[in-house]
Amino acid sequence: MSKYLVNKFLYTVDRDPELVERYREHPGETVAWWEQEEAGRILGCHGAERSSWLMLTDAERTALAGHDYVALFELGAHPFLTLTLFIALFERDYAEPLAFQHEYAARLRHWRLPYPDIAT
Amino acid sequence: MATVAAVIASTHHPFYYRASTSAGQDRPPFADEWVAKIEAFRQTLTRARPDVLVMVGSDHFHQLWLDNMPQFLVGKAPVYDANWYNEEREFGLPRMVLQGCEELSEHVLRGGLDAGFDLAFSNELRIDHSVTCPIITLRPEADLPIVPVYTNIFAPPLPQPKRFVQLGRAIRQLVESWPSRQRVAIIGTGHLSLELGGPRQFGPHGPDPEFDRRAVEWIATGDLESALAGVTLDSLWEPGNATHGFMDFLLMMGVAGDNAKADYTDSLDLFHTMEAYFTWYPDGGPTA
Repeated sequence: MSKYLVNKFLYTVDRDPELVERYREHPGETVAWWEQEEAGRILGCHGAERSSWLMLTDAERTALAGHDYVALFELGAHPFLTLTLFIALFERDYAEPLAFQHEYAARLRHWRLPYPDIAT
Repeated sequence: MATVAAVIASTHHPFYYRASTSAGQDRPPFADEWVAKIEAFRQTLTRARPDVLVMVGSDHFHQLWLDNMPQFLVGKAPVYDANWYNEEREFGLPRMVLQGCEELSEHVLRGGLDAGFDLAFSNELRIDHSVTCPIITLRPEADLPIVPVYTNIFAPPLPQPKRFVQLGRAIRQLVESWPSRQRVAIIGTGHLSLELGGPRQFGPHGPDPEFDRRAVEWIATGDLESALAGVTLDSLWEPGNATHGFMDFLLMMGVAGDNAKADYTDSLDLFHTMEAYFTWYPDGGPTA
């Protein structure tokens, strides 16, 4: 489990307009590039100072590459990060206001408390 | 010493700006009622004639991140840029610039540290909608200097609910001990029951109207004893997975004081979450 790294992907993509579009159009390529080039970047530090040990699990990589927000919820990704980024990715494809958010909730409706642990 | 001119607690709803400024077909049916309630609430701050605003809120993974997460942080900067690209994108919030009050920030930091709160600080803080929403609703001129106070209600492990109350009490004492003749309003925003990114999100009401009813009663009556007996870090998941934002209301109850009855209370049942607005006048109120 590397919830922290999943969250770091969601966080760093969500705050960058170009990455949001790249992830929408080419999710598998974006996740592979990001894990190779960006996962070890220590935010706020010079690029040469990198973390050496951060790696997604297969399940996390598959969930991110598949735009699978249900799996991300179940893996314990921070739900605010997931929701915010996925609204940016897909709300535009729905005609009615909040339609994407309602579908998102419906796809999670098999979940009861306690939800997956989001502590990192 | 400084005067606490008003203590204000409210929810912060990032959709208010867009709802209140939209027109024609884009204007939601609840906008007029919402605007009327906000304008009445705004008067409670205007009447207090504040010079400085202490603004309690919570960064939503904008500047504060999991590689270096403070539990409580006080901004100490002459200027705060505000709102982020993803808030512009999702909520239509405008970019803003707010002036800081470094003198009061310094006083809160020094006094808070000496009182046993290991406060983090930031000399370059871009603030987000937890602070700008109440600026938009309560002081849209955005013309007063601020002291931002950020709390972690977002990234576990979180401080205990009672710690928020203790910090609120300390902030009240620190403002009252600030050697200044200025009038300070202490404003904080949090949430009632709220779900984000879970199966109960964006329903016709908040996810737990019964929790909301109890919470509004606790806040309006200043019933800290019942509020602290009624919530724990574990239990706050039950009304909705983002309900730990209620701890910012607890902090503001600490500012207002034990059993301090709010001088102004209002609420609005909206889709997604209940809005709630509270004002206390510690010095007896503008007409006293």
